[in-house]
Amino acid sequence: MRDALTLSGNHALLTRANPLAKFGAVFLITLVLALSIDWVSASVALAAELALFPLAGLTLRLLWQRGWPLIIAAAVGGWSTAIVAADSGAVLLDVGIWSISEGSLELGLGFMLRGLAIALPAILLMTCTDPTDLADALAQKARLPHRFVLGTLAAMRLVGLLAEEWQTIGMARRARGVGSHGSPLQRLRATLGQGFGLLVQAIRRASRLAVTMEARGFGTGQRTWARESTYSLLDVWVVLGGVLIAAATVFAAAGMGTWNFVWR
Amino acid sequence: MSTSDAGASAVRPAAVTARGWGWRHAGRTVPAVHGLDLDIAPGERVLLLGPSGAGKSTLLHALAGVLGDEGDDADETGSLLIDGVAPRGRRGRAGLMQQDPETQVVLSRLGDDVAFGAENLAVPRDEIWRRVEEALDDVGLRSAGRAESAAGLPLDHPTSALSGGQKQRLALAGILAMRPGLILLDEPTANLDPAGVLEVRDAVGRCLDKTGATLVVVEHRVSVWKDLVDRIVVLQPGSGVLLDGPPDQVLAEARTMLIRAGVWVPGYVPETRPRAGSSTGRSTNTGQLLLAAEHVAVSRERPRRRGFRTIPPVPVQAGITAQVRAGQALTVTGPNGAGKSTLALTLAGLLPPVEGKVSAAVELSEGAGIDPFTWKARQLISRIGTVFQEPEHQFVTGRVLDELMFGPRHLGHGEERVDELLERLRLTHLVDANPYTLSGGEKRRLSVATVLAAHPRVLVLDEPTFGQDANTWAELASFLSELLDAGTSVVSVTHDEEFTAVLGGTELRLGPASRGGARQEAGAA
Repeated sequence: MRDALTLSGNHALLTRANPLAKFGAVFLITLVLALSIDWVSASVALAAELALFPLAGLTLRLLWQRGWPLIIAAAVGGWSTAIVAADSGAVLLDVGIWSISEGSLELGLGFMLRGLAIALPAILLMTCTDPTDLADALAQKARLPHRFVLGTLAAMRLVGLLAEEWQTIGMARRARGVGSHGSPLQRLRATLGQGFGLLVQAIRRASRLAVTMEARGFGTGQRTWARESTYSLLDVWVVLGGVLIAAATVFAAAGMGTWNFVWR
Repeated sequence: MSTSDAGASAVRPAAVTARGWGWRHAGRTVPAVHGLDLDIAPGERVLLLGPSGAGKSTLLHALAGVLGDEGDDADETGSLLIDGVAPRGRRGRAGLMQQDPETQVVLSRLGDDVAFGAENLAVPRDEIWRRVEEALDDVGLRSAGRAESAAGLPLDHPTSALSGGQKQRLALAGILAMRPGLILLDEPTANLDPAGVLEVRDAVGRCLDKTGATLVVVEHRVSVWKDLVDRIVVLQPGSGVLLDGPPDQVLAEARTMLIRAGVWVPGYVPETRPRAGSSTGRSTNTGQLLLAAEHVAVSRERPRRRGFRTIPPVPVQAGITAQVRAGQALTVTGPNGAGKSTLALTLAGLLPPVEGKVSAAVELSEGAGIDPFTWKARQLISRIGTVFQEPEHQFVTGRVLDELMFGPRHLGHGEERVDELLERLRLTHLVDANPYTLSGGEKRRLSVATVLAAHPRVLVLDEPTFGQDANTWAELASFLSELLDAGTSVVSVTHDEEFTAVLGGTELRLGPASRGGARQEAGAA
């Protein structure tokens, strides 16, 4: 959990791109995919994203490890769409009130692929973007207030610590006789108590961290940046790549005649 | 800070002047500091002593310019100045290090964290990185020549992978990069093991020799800092400076008073109650096997899910065999990250062993089953009591008396023991207080008392003496020695050799972590 804040040895090409450029590219692709439910645009985007894996230092194994809930959610979403969507075309399966037809299957498949194609860029982005670099870019390039950006970044470190603290408090409370046994109501009360304990610790930690940051001159107006957030030629390629993928999905779907605006 | 200051690499030591200075925290009726008159010359090194409640931390926070604004109901009297100017307007002139290593780290990469303070002072970029390199070298985190494991850490080294001592040295580097004229240390080594204490102390010494900055340090353990400072100032609650002078003189003059105040005066080991039969096993119920670990491997991590597969955690330590016997002490020792606390938690039935098994003898389990981890919480507390390093983790109510009654009420018996425990651990006058508002020593005594209220036969303690003053230390050691003689078994994780000597018994020494010590265990084990 605590290692999630650094890239831990990922030296792939896209780690050197500016986080804002990557954000821009991801935004373009996601926007286009959000406009249409069809399997062609989604599969084109998906194929392009899979091709980008090596550039972001992502492997299928890593993807499964980090994103399996998303993948399963996409599959379940597609399946339920196939079942409940209005039938059109030949009916392939009919069990009582549920039926799957060619039309609904196509819609379900499109739904699933689209879910994946929208989720993947986010995972790609997380894999190849260091939160510190992201904060630098947001404060220096996007001109967000640095107090807010750096405060959030520092707080994120504490979130990792809190996960460990939750476990410790759980054990400490069991040692006092507060158990995870008993009726659901008792268990709920135990969990609430543990949450309160965590809250107290979180506030203590946060106020101590705030003192540390304040004592290091944080929040006193003008500051310089040790790490300069810059755009390079690579970022042009990243944005261009985003535009290309987005355009390719639209043209492929339009060419195949499957483009299907969500509001229609 | 002006740009001309930022460019200069030389440090101008700061002077401190207090004239009738006082501070009352918001929401309190009594001021934390009152009528303080103090002059600290540039370059002086001062150790600040005094009983808890004397306002030492408040003074340091004020000098660091981080005390809340006077507006929100807090109250300031007199004047406190650094180089003739109020501290709040002079950020960067003083650098503050606090006790908890975790909250001294701001960013997740080594170099970035050191640069943070200098960035906030608007130091130019090239100069920042020069300072970062120099500061890391000064605190010994990056000098390749040094023969310690931390030598030559890269600038992008994750700060979460540092030990407590390394984190404090990192904090020092972050302070040095601001080039402060005044370095303020608020119990910087209270949460560290002996090796970490020396690490930090020596780094501070090196940096002071180099920069000539003024130092004010608050610490209970006088012997650690005595040779590094040239002046000791003793504060008294509510009335400013009690004593002030060269270390040897002050320690000689105020020895009795300091000992009474719980300060660890050099060459003084607090008196404790000796063990009756020591560990020879003369008492009738001594020596009976209560709990045994066989070839146990331990880890704090739970098995992890990777997709559909479940992967068991990598143990920090494996192949541990230990026996816990009635009326005998077992002390777990070893270097940082060796898994000492993890082993203690496993023995205490709070973590499942990764390999091997922990089994309770019938004498202890009394029908609850062999494996303590499978016991219900209610069954556990009357058999094995665990005192955590951080007392606050174990508070479950909002009142000291309820806190003590909690265990007995759950069990349905033993409420009559509570009065005795209150008396014995000097908590009687605090029965109506909120546990979170107690002092460090009081919290420690309360956490021991609450666990003992359930009358467990085995008591497990994780670093019970960390950061405790000499008085609490002595009380704790005496009390435990009494319990041992009465047949309770005491398992303690500790670095404290004097504490171990009082309890006697056997020592279980763990080697370095079996996965190569790449990651330090959570907490301070």
